[in-house]
Amino acid sequence: MKGILGRKVGMTQLFNESGEAVPVTVIEAGPCYVTQIKSVDVDGYDAIQIGFDEIAERKLTKGEMGHLRKADAPSLRHLRELRGADLPNVALGDVIKADIFGEGETVDVTGISKGKGFAGAVKRHHFAGGPKTHGQSDRHRAPGSRGAGTTPGHTWPGAKGPGRMGNEQVTVQNLKIALVDAERNLIAIRGAVPGPRTGLVFIRPAKKA
Amino acid sequence: MTNALMESLKPEANPNMPEIDAGDTVRVHQRITEGRNERIQVFQGIVIAKHGGSSPSATYTVRRTGTHGVGVERTFPLYSKAVEKVEVLRKAKVRRAQLYYLRDLQGKAARLKEKRFISV
Repeated sequence: MKGILGRKVGMTQLFNESGEAVPVTVIEAGPCYVTQIKSVDVDGYDAIQIGFDEIAERKLTKGEMGHLRKADAPSLRHLRELRGADLPNVALGDVIKADIFGEGETVDVTGISKGKGFAGAVKRHHFAGGPKTHGQSDRHRAPGSRGAGTTPGHTWPGAKGPGRMGNEQVTVQNLKIALVDAERNLIAIRGAVPGPRTGLVFIRPAKKA
Repeated sequence: MTNALMESLKPEANPNMPEIDAGDTVRVHQRITEGRNERIQVFQGIVIAKHGGSSPSATYTVRRTGTHGVGVERTFPLYSKAVEKVEVLRKAKVRRAQLYYLRDLQGKAARLKEKRFISV
């Protein structure tokens, strides 16, 4: 499995050949560096580790620096592993660029969604809320009943309700790549991608293509 | 950095796109592909609004009066490549940027005064 790390730049719209407007998310993808190659013999499983986002050396610990030195890679902020059967044939220190993906390819994109704070049940779980009229007071966005009464006598664990929403890992599947520009490390993906602008995103080939 | 990247992806301005303003009477030639056939459809009317400034998603709305006095409005993306060309037939003197009040007017009342250019 191939893959690349990137930073979300923002959304815009492009026009295809037939003149239709295509909504796209622009991602500054790569360059990524192969920082470690894991094998069944040494690590118990096969994987390659890739890193992204060059930062000042003083921002890394000496341990992190030593790890990157082994791969002859620059100082990098983020490291992720690619696991699975068909790993690309790469060597330590190789550079992965945006052109590993082609235009029209379908991909899955993983990111950390925007945090929504403590959200009500209507926003968080799409509860219907209460009636808007007929003498309702303060029941418009209420979650309603939490369950039965004396039996069982408690709220079932896992019951949906208000609480912290967002700021969690989200994967959006089967997004089409609209544009690839390896020179400028750009990938434009049709549709929306989880996370804020400047958020880290992980692009892989679609699992259910 | 990020802004520069976004700016670089902005669609190129259509060379056949003249400067248009609210109140202009325009003919929009749009390329339409039906299966394998390609033809040009012309839509003539008054520009009643422009939206989105110079952003990639900027649009303009053209209004014409169809048969039986039914108003027809179409909104075109400013940077669409499907628009072959736009002809400006007439410029009008208008006092606002959005001419939505034309929707409530018919016939003589819906006319606009032509803008005359005085050579200095």
